[in-house]
Amino acid sequence: MSRYVLKLYVTGQTPKSQAAIVNLRRICQEQLAGEHELIIIDVLEQPQLAEDDKILATPTLVKQLPLPSRRTIGDLSDKEKVLLGLDLRAWDPQSMGVER
Amino acid sequence: MNRDKETCELEKLPTGIKGLDLTSYGGLPKGRTTLVSGTVGSGKTILAVQFLAGGIKDAGERGVFVTCEETPTDIRTNMLSLGWDIQQWEDEGKWAFVDASRYPGTEAIENGPYDLGAFLARIEHAVAKLGATRVSVDSLGAIFSQFSDAGTVRRELFRIAVALKRLGVTAVMTTERTEEYGDIARHGVEEFVADNVVLMRNVLDQEKRRRTIEVLKLRGTGHQSGEWPFTVLPAKGIVIVPLSAIEATRKSSTVRVTSGNAELDAMCSGGFFRDFIILVSGATGTGKTLIVTHFVGTAAATGERCLLYAFEENHEQLLRNANGWGVDLEKLEKAGNLRIVCAYPESAGLERHFLSIRDAVEEFKPTRIAVDSLSALEHVATDKSFREFIVGLTLFIKHHGITGMFTSTTPMLMGGMSATEAHVSTIADSIILLRYAEMFGEVRRGLAVLKMRGSTHDKNIREIQVDGMGMHIGRPFQGITGILSGRPRHISRDQIDRASSPSTQEELARTP
Repeated sequence: MSRYVLKLYVTGQTPKSQAAIVNLRRICQEQLAGEHELIIIDVLEQPQLAEDDKILATPTLVKQLPLPSRRTIGDLSDKEKVLLGLDLRAWDPQSMGVER
Repeated sequence: MNRDKETCELEKLPTGIKGLDLTSYGGLPKGRTTLVSGTVGSGKTILAVQFLAGGIKDAGERGVFVTCEETPTDIRTNMLSLGWDIQQWEDEGKWAFVDASRYPGTEAIENGPYDLGAFLARIEHAVAKLGATRVSVDSLGAIFSQFSDAGTVRRELFRIAVALKRLGVTAVMTTERTEEYGDIARHGVEEFVADNVVLMRNVLDQEKRRRTIEVLKLRGTGHQSGEWPFTVLPAKGIVIVPLSAIEATRKSSTVRVTSGNAELDAMCSGGFFRDFIILVSGATGTGKTLIVTHFVGTAAATGERCLLYAFEENHEQLLRNANGWGVDLEKLEKAGNLRIVCAYPESAGLERHFLSIRDAVEEFKPTRIAVDSLSALEHVATDKSFREFIVGLTLFIKHHGITGMFTSTTPMLMGGMSATEAHVSTIADSIILLRYAEMFGEVRRGLAVLKMRGSTHDKNIREIQVDGMGMHIGRPFQGITGILSGRPRHISRDQIDRASSPSTQEELARTP
């Protein structure tokens, strides 16, 4: 079983959604080295899943496992913030967006 | 192209709030979105829920409730007290929530541009799944608080408004205002749902809360303007007091009815007219309740249905006093011809008193109503609200064509005006004044008919006596003047003769 379970909610083929998918796949490749499961959900096709997870924005990345669950919205263009959302960086609000 | 269709009024959808349908001439424009804006605690959520509840209960329409502030659980619980079992409607497939409220742990890190595509997809999904024709979104401000980029949220909400229009649903969106009399809404949301705007207010005026609702605009269709007071009642929700919205059109009656006192009837040339509003004004102890007792007692004894609202005395006191005047109100009550409602003026706001009277009139269907005293309600609300209340009440009573009698206690023993009189006197068809008059070290009581629409009346100020059979109107006061103004003054026989003599004016003119 994968250590990381990630869900990415997107809206169809919009540029933001496509960018988020590309950015996330790259980061996962680099940082998680296959130790993850990535589920991509198109809210237009499966709105009920978005309802169940109470998703408002797209793209939304939900790190479901390991706990605690965390959410990141946007096209995931800032790698450091993605790592923060995946708990691969120390959780410190001061460090948001700061290069290390 | 069909020309008729162009000029045709927009179709409207009843809201489930009777008074709002009245002021908006039929409800909210069908297939459009209406912005409901108000300060905290102004009743926006209740209106949003009631809009859907009205659709479910009155029109068999289904509704989607998009909640962005309270959780569905909270709304289900809160609305149960207003008589709406949302859970049951959900089970029956008539109601669905889209839950956009905040939960701990769902705060998101913002990383690059985003939209609210998931939110829109969820709303569309719920509408389609349920076959809903009504949507309530409560409230837009709460969505802004969940995201840092207000520009994106505004653009996305616009997209949602457009989508709702495309779906053909009639929607209500609530939003916050920071001031009762200021910008329509925060975050500039009125820019994208500006077709129809309803404002709700909860104003603190002279230590009294005054809730009002105003239809600001309904694009392409008419509505009544101005603020309408409302109250929130258990099992009913928002109830708007449709004060002057009651049509004043009615036929004047030429049928005379008794005042309950033969001598007073004689002073009025044969009694009041059936649709009269009578104001009885006097200081405390001058005999107002006595006149009311005759007014309802005599009529009820002949089989008329009479409703008495007492704000000054309790039930026992009323019955005891009436017994002292030879009127057995208890018997009339038991016979079902008389209903007495005793209430403390402070027990409720004016809106509730109005609705209580309205409900009683509609249910009991009296031919007469008496309110003793109306002035007791003066201090329950602000002067403005009180005036609206009186106008609303008199119009309502006239609308039903029943005879109404209001009493008003003057603030000073010897006369003077109260706010009640100031507001009622122009509406009242007949005014009866009761005044104290001091004569030779003795306090006497006098009665005068000041006004009697559509009829002549006795212009004398007559002395009244009260005994075990009630009130007796006697001879006019003689040798005294200034009773009405509260400054009685004795005058000699000689002065009276001079004043009434035709040569007086000439004599005065000749005097150097």
